[in-house]
Amino acid sequence: MKLLQRWKVVPDSDDSVIEQLRERLSNLRIRDVWEFFIERLIWLSGISMIVIVALIFLFLLREGSAAFLDIPLRQLFGRRWYPIEGIFGIWPLIVGSILVTAGAIAIAIPLGLITAIYIGEIAPDWQRDLLKPIIEVLAGIPSIVLGFLGWIALAPLIQRLGAPTGLTIFTGSLILAYMSLPTIISISEDALYAVPKSYRNGALAIGATQWQTIWRVVLPAARSGLVIAIMLGIGRAIGETMAVMLVTGNAANIPDLTPGLIFQPARTMTATIAAEMGEVAQGSLHYSVLFGIGIILFVITFAINSIASRLVGVQEAGQRQKRG
Amino acid sequence: MPMEPLLSIKNLYFTYEDEIEALRDISLDIYPHEVFVLFGPSRSGKTTLLRLLNRLSDLKAGCERQGLIEFKGKNIFDPDVVVSDLRRNISMVFALPSPLPGSIYDNLTYGLKMAGIRDTAVLEEQVEKSLQQAALWDEVKDRLHKSAFALSGGQQQRLCIARSLALEPEVILLDNPTSGLDPLSTSVVEDSLQELKQYYCIIMVPHSVQQAARVADRAGFMLDGELIEVERGAALFTRPRDQRTEDYITGRFG
Repeated sequence: MKLLQRWKVVPDSDDSVIEQLRERLSNLRIRDVWEFFIERLIWLSGISMIVIVALIFLFLLREGSAAFLDIPLRQLFGRRWYPIEGIFGIWPLIVGSILVTAGAIAIAIPLGLITAIYIGEIAPDWQRDLLKPIIEVLAGIPSIVLGFLGWIALAPLIQRLGAPTGLTIFTGSLILAYMSLPTIISISEDALYAVPKSYRNGALAIGATQWQTIWRVVLPAARSGLVIAIMLGIGRAIGETMAVMLVTGNAANIPDLTPGLIFQPARTMTATIAAEMGEVAQGSLHYSVLFGIGIILFVITFAINSIASRLVGVQEAGQRQKRG
Repeated sequence: MPMEPLLSIKNLYFTYEDEIEALRDISLDIYPHEVFVLFGPSRSGKTTLLRLLNRLSDLKAGCERQGLIEFKGKNIFDPDVVVSDLRRNISMVFALPSPLPGSIYDNLTYGLKMAGIRDTAVLEEQVEKSLQQAALWDEVKDRLHKSAFALSGGQQQRLCIARSLALEPEVILLDNPTSGLDPLSTSVVEDSLQELKQYYCIIMVPHSVQQAARVADRAGFMLDGELIEVERGAALFTRPRDQRTEDYITGRFG
């Protein structure tokens, strides 16, 4: 009653109105409880993502921290990886990962962007309608199948070119590039498609050739989308394990700095974890070093993602400012 | 007019991919230093004709064309015509302001740079001259290096006109350039046309019959892909010869 009076809804003498209001109030309570419940459920699912990520990181830290604490850093980042003799130098693995990924990026970015430009800007409609779904199918091929193809078909080819073995950094880069291409192409193409038609018309109307229009107007306008495409492509490449394990030769040594650098075998961080995790005793030093490698991989991927979002964020903020 | 025509359209037919005949037997001469207005109901072929004049129509596949357009006596459809050069000489401004991403200065120098002009002194001179001609200089001279998107709609449209002027074309095609503008900006653009015709030939699709009557030196009435009649502006809008023109002007259809 006091509550109702405070709301100044009705004079408190009218009993029937109060009765109605009371009924409405009790309905309201059920609804409030329901609202509260739903809100908390949504909150819970949101927060659980954060908690799970944090737990994964904590788990990695717990299992892998011994590697950083028990082994002197000089030795941990040493040049020799002989886990059986207790020598855990992960430098060759880092170099292997960097070389394979860098090779893949060097192949995939130009190829991916040029393909996207062809599909988005140059190809006639029927080719575009044909190419887009095909590229999407490529993205669905399991990585192990690509690795198998690389092993059976690509490696012998590369050996015939004169490499001592077909299982090399270059082979790994090619397979990885092929794996990240669909991502790069389809996201770049979406970014190009999002560029307003008026930009193209405007450029053509002042005498730009088709290439000048693409290079000076369309590509700069699509830049932030293209950065995302490339970063997602790199993300796919650096985390890939199975295909790379099959085709890079798995030799945990630092390649010689010769012109034939990329035609030597190597081993990546991911492949090392996958290959050795099954054989180590849980809790042993070797075991924590493998988790340590996982931590380093995590940090690298995290760094790439933050650089990407920083790049995109800066650009978008700039564009917002320009428009505002 | 005793002068040689600048543009001469001869028996032009144009059909789109879907077999719709957009232009039928158009013949028309256009002279230097005039504002020529092409008006008529929508889908009468005005924009199609405009886009043919600098071959932006090339972008659509599957279209068919017969007849010629001569620019200074040379057929623009000849295989040895360099399309980008043609578009520099016959420049187009679209219905909606279409600034390119970048600063005001960038917008004005894109075309010049693409034509191979790198000399900063020349670029700056052209920027100022074209902005003056488009009646925009006073409003933007202090913020040439700010984004073009920060300008108002009317300013953006005048920027697009200036962008065409910077190339020193001989013909400017204006496809309903005031469609998105308020009355004040519209009158600024219309006034600048009278300035511009001292230097250029202007072919314009107007926003309305009233606008056509205000700006036209000569006007052509188009209906269903045909050019019904061409006359000096005053005569066409006061004493049309063709019944269909009169019906349209007096608002009986369209």
